[in-house]
Amino acid sequence: MSKPTCEESLAQIYLFLDGELDEGTRASIELHLEHCSPCVAAFGLEMELRALVSRCCREPVPRELRERIAAALEEMGRTAASEDGD
Amino acid sequence: MTFADDTSPYMSSLYAAARRMTRNDADAEDLLQETFLKAYRGYGGFKEGTNLKAWLYRILTNSYINRYRARQRRPDETDLEDVEDFYLYRRLGGAESSVLGRSAEDEVLDAITDDQVRDALDSLPDTFRMAVVLADVEGFSYKEIAEILDVPIGTVMSRLHRGRRALQKALYEYAVERGITSPKPEEVVDVET
Repeated sequence: MSKPTCEESLAQIYLFLDGELDEGTRASIELHLEHCSPCVAAFGLEMELRALVSRCCREPVPRELRERIAAALEEMGRTAASEDGD
Repeated sequence: MTFADDTSPYMSSLYAAARRMTRNDADAEDLLQETFLKAYRGYGGFKEGTNLKAWLYRILTNSYINRYRARQRRPDETDLEDVEDFYLYRRLGGAESSVLGRSAEDEVLDAITDDQVRDALDSLPDTFRMAVVLADVEGFSYKEIAEILDVPIGTVMSRLHRGRRALQKALYEYAVERGITSPKPEEVVDVET
């Protein structure tokens, strides 16, 4: 695809933003974006939404939960070791 | 390197994903613990050098589906009408706001809190929500998501597209509810599709 139209570029917006396009197609869409402000606006909005989602959901594991899991794993390890007759 | 050394860097990502899958803190904690115990038991079968993160997510996802999904009576993706492409852009795109030429989108996006994004995500059907979390929160590729969910890549793409559109609609509705933007059904911006 040498010179994608707006329609063609927008049709591939998610493939583009998800990094799933081959280098040639990606580069040609980028070129289109360089001179098409409505497409830039649409792409920009989708990118910001993705950043919103990416940021919204990070939370640290509560210490109590980490410790509980570590203890459970240790217990499993001990059980396995004794079953092996070590 | 022990199991703990190898896997504990992924615990907080897995926890975040568990919370979005179960939408319930107590269940998320149980799901996380179950995932780690299963992973520990199966670690002997894991091929070193292959994708550990995807392997762990596969265990998380299967555990979620087997244990929790059956219980929930939420709308299924097939019950939903498709949301149009570029939902937010069509409603906000290109409109200038009164404040120093900032776009209407900027205002809406700035005003949306993390809580609201989480709520909007949680309102999506499972299949959409899981795809969006795996792609946008965890950064997995389509191929990795297909392996984690055990579906074809085409299905991943479809769920992502539909899920993201449904998310935009949910966010827009929050923004309207809170008066951050007013609904303009008549002046929908043209998108070349």
